[in-house]
Amino acid sequence: MEELDVEAVVTEIPAVSTGKHMGFAWGPGDILVYETLYKAKGASSSGSSLIHEVRKDEDIYSPILRKLFNESHHIFVGLQTVGEDVPSKNKKPQFVSISKNYRSVIRACMEELQQLAVLTKDAEAATRLGNQVSILLAIELIWNLCEVLFIDAAPAGSLLLHLLDWVRLHKADVDEKTREVLQSESPAEHHNYWDVVVSYVLQGRVEEARQMLVKQANLHPAARGMFKLMDKLLSKMPFYNPRSTQTLTEFDVIWRHWHEEVDRCLQDNSFSSNQHLEFICKILLGDEDSLLECKDLLGTWYHFLVTRLLFCHPTVKPTDLHYYAQSCMTMFLDSRSVSEPLDSILLASFEFDIHQVIKDCSIVLNNWWFVAHLTDLLDHCKLLQSHNLHFGSNLREFLLLEYASGLFTHHSLWQLAVDYFDHCPEFGRVYLELQIERVPLETERKALKVLRVCEERQMSEQVRSICKIMATRALRNNRLGSALSWSIRAKDAAFATLISERFLQDYSTRGTFSDLDLIDNLGPSMLLSNRLTFLGKYREFHRLYGQKHFSKAAKLLLSLMTAKIAPQSFWMTLLTDALPLLEQKEVIFSVDQTYELMFCLEELTFSQVAAAASEKKPRQVSWS
Amino acid sequence: MESVNAKYVSQKVSRTRWRPVSVSSFQQPEIFATGSWDNEDNKVSLWSIGNYGGLGMEDGFEGDPQLLCDIKHDGDVLDLQFLDQERIVTASSTGGVTILRHHPNSQTLSVSHQWERAHRYPCDNAPCTSVVCSSPEIVSVGEDGRIVVFRADQEGVCRVIENADSSTIHAVTYLRTTEVLTVNSIGQLKLWDLRQQGGSPSKILSLSGDRVPLHCVDRHPNQQHVVATGGQDGTLCIWDVREESSPVALMEAHSAEMWEVHFHPTNPDHLFTCSEDGSLLHWETSSHSDMPSLLHEGSRNSGVTSRSAMAPAGGNKSLISAWLSGDSSKSCLKTSHMLPSQTLSVNSLDVLGQCLVCGTDGEAIFVNRQVLV
Repeated sequence: MEELDVEAVVTEIPAVSTGKHMGFAWGPGDILVYETLYKAKGASSSGSSLIHEVRKDEDIYSPILRKLFNESHHIFVGLQTVGEDVPSKNKKPQFVSISKNYRSVIRACMEELQQLAVLTKDAEAATRLGNQVSILLAIELIWNLCEVLFIDAAPAGSLLLHLLDWVRLHKADVDEKTREVLQSESPAEHHNYWDVVVSYVLQGRVEEARQMLVKQANLHPAARGMFKLMDKLLSKMPFYNPRSTQTLTEFDVIWRHWHEEVDRCLQDNSFSSNQHLEFICKILLGDEDSLLECKDLLGTWYHFLVTRLLFCHPTVKPTDLHYYAQSCMTMFLDSRSVSEPLDSILLASFEFDIHQVIKDCSIVLNNWWFVAHLTDLLDHCKLLQSHNLHFGSNLREFLLLEYASGLFTHHSLWQLAVDYFDHCPEFGRVYLELQIERVPLETERKALKVLRVCEERQMSEQVRSICKIMATRALRNNRLGSALSWSIRAKDAAFATLISERFLQDYSTRGTFSDLDLIDNLGPSMLLSNRLTFLGKYREFHRLYGQKHFSKAAKLLLSLMTAKIAPQSFWMTLLTDALPLLEQKEVIFSVDQTYELMFCLEELTFSQVAAAASEKKPRQVSWS
Repeated sequence: MESVNAKYVSQKVSRTRWRPVSVSSFQQPEIFATGSWDNEDNKVSLWSIGNYGGLGMEDGFEGDPQLLCDIKHDGDVLDLQFLDQERIVTASSTGGVTILRHHPNSQTLSVSHQWERAHRYPCDNAPCTSVVCSSPEIVSVGEDGRIVVFRADQEGVCRVIENADSSTIHAVTYLRTTEVLTVNSIGQLKLWDLRQQGGSPSKILSLSGDRVPLHCVDRHPNQQHVVATGGQDGTLCIWDVREESSPVALMEAHSAEMWEVHFHPTNPDHLFTCSEDGSLLHWETSSHSDMPSLLHEGSRNSGVTSRSAMAPAGGNKSLISAWLSGDSSKSCLKTSHMLPSQTLSVNSLDVLGQCLVCGTDGEAIFVNRQVLV
């Protein structure tokens, strides 16, 4: 047996009494559990009559997260048709923008959840919402990093700039602190002032750092020279500009010059009289110990990583990232702190191990949404091709199928799942065929929508089966018109015959037709089944008779028998109908027609005699 | 085309309706109601797109619709109409018809009256598919083929026409104050005179040829004999109920069921249709141009063709001019898409003044405030 990746999670079923054996059955997205008669030890006894549903994924029932599913579905469908006419090298900006779309949807959901968490009074709900928010935060963090490293695939130089953006986006508390400081009476004397300045420097936001330092400089005119020097160093800090003509090597040279200059200032003890400025100087040099002193301000090891790269290796190459990542993580997280799943996922990203990222995310998250969409996007960027998988089928398709199957269990979101199945070329259709038949059909409108899905994909068997269900239901409720309209849709001749039989039975018992509005207006659908045609024509005969067009009626009646449209069982009725026509004062049937009538009667008699002979029942046939 | 943004509302929207504004005031509508379907707990909600004073009206969409209040609804909301400024009538998939009242002071909705199981089978529920009202009278139709007439102030049912139809009646509309028109799933229009006591229609019209089920119907606001219907195959038909028994004009509008068709209430040269195929079309006819031309606007190519096919036996009626040919002058029919890109089925639309609201199966509502009429 294969090793498990993680320990299995145990879920308590509180309503089941202890010691009892439980029985279970798998559902598409959940498990049904019930109490059996048996106990682990002791005599068996009757159990409760409850069935419990154990659900893994609660998220699809959250109203706010539903928006995530719907909006991302829209983006997904758009992605599948993106730039089919555009050569692949020009597609990258489109993929990046789609990735940003996904992320903005995640952020919007996060904000809404956050607002709701603040407003809600129920403590348990607030915790749950808070958890959802932090999960979404983590998801967005990972997605953003994947976008930077895999989709945008920035080369050395730009890579650091993107990583800086990434870190800045996810460390919002700096701005909050700044606001607090600036709103106080004397910002430069606020207890958080130097924290703010250092945070700015750590994030490479030198302009803002300089502006803050001006305030401090104004307070200490005596030390103006020192502040001016720091300002100069900060303003000269080189940042790589990908749009300029400067090459990476040239940038590297300039950066080293600047780095040496900062080092000289430190060695000269230019900042020795102000410990804060000296500390900042050390940070600018990328001194590890100083950086580690800022653990609280950095907050996370990946911030530490980016900062360290900023001040030590701004021209870092993507392939070298993982060395630094590993060492930074080790340095930052001392042996006491527990490494979280998020950390290993981010580390795997820095190692460009896409599969590990996807695998870890699949394990940690209880919903396939994230991995399915991310993998799909990466697959479109052609980043998953070169990897071999043990289980044969495409990773992207596997995840999409899992996600969509989960959606299908939802009473409403099944419509989204259809589009996902459509874009799984190998197994999507089969999954859809199996799932679509299980959608409950309470109203005709829903049945019509399901039917439309099936018809558009030429799933004729499912069309027939759904129409049959609806037609049977209609028939049971005596809605013959509805039943007929469903059989016409499915082109189900057998059912149409059944319905016609019902009509004819009604007529035989009651002597009149019901639902004349239907039979009178059958139109071309009459041709669907022989019995139906007969019904329509027979009704027409009655109409003609009622309008006193006797010769037309007679001709029609005869043709019904001679053309064998009428079932033999009905011939007696038809012949009986011919009687009043024969008894009319004027001659209606011509000689030939009369002979034909007699022939029909003979045929009927013979078949009846033959049937009687085989049953040994004597029958009398009399002419009236 | 102005950008139209989607507001995601976490429920599939089956009906959207503007609250009526008094005709004398030239205000644009501000409040609309939506009904949901296919949820375990369905809701009727009221939304406002009120003026947020002084903001520039550069584009058609501005400001999210804000939820004012909502109320749980038993069963899918299959139809929804405003009875008057404060009351809403809903048709439910459980067969019930409900009147809801909006209390603007407390901003709540409450059930004012309910007729449960107005539509039913002997041993099952029959969904009530459509409801139409002309205060205080309410007419409802359902899958059981029954037409039921209520009065808003009366407890019980006013009148029932049993077995009005052997198939499902999909929609109903008033033709005159005493006449209603129903469409059913075997492609027939039936006129009912409510003054008469009998249980049969005064007239039946149907398409010659394939009996395509009809899903929606709307009457021309000014010309009471002109009626538009939408069918299961997405065809738009214009009928003259006075004489013809076949439609006057037939147009291939959509590639799937057409769920709603609406004439613009004050500018009836404009017609709007929405469909299962995810598109919402704006039809515009004018009778004052020399050349008949079919223009396509819209940012995407969806293969919509508009042709008018026709000629009923009677006459030489050419392309529609003011929907029915009055004179034989050629006319111009313009069609444009109102939604930016492919969405899931657009289930409902409503248009009033310059504002259009629609709801989709993608759980989104679109509001367009600058419809060109």
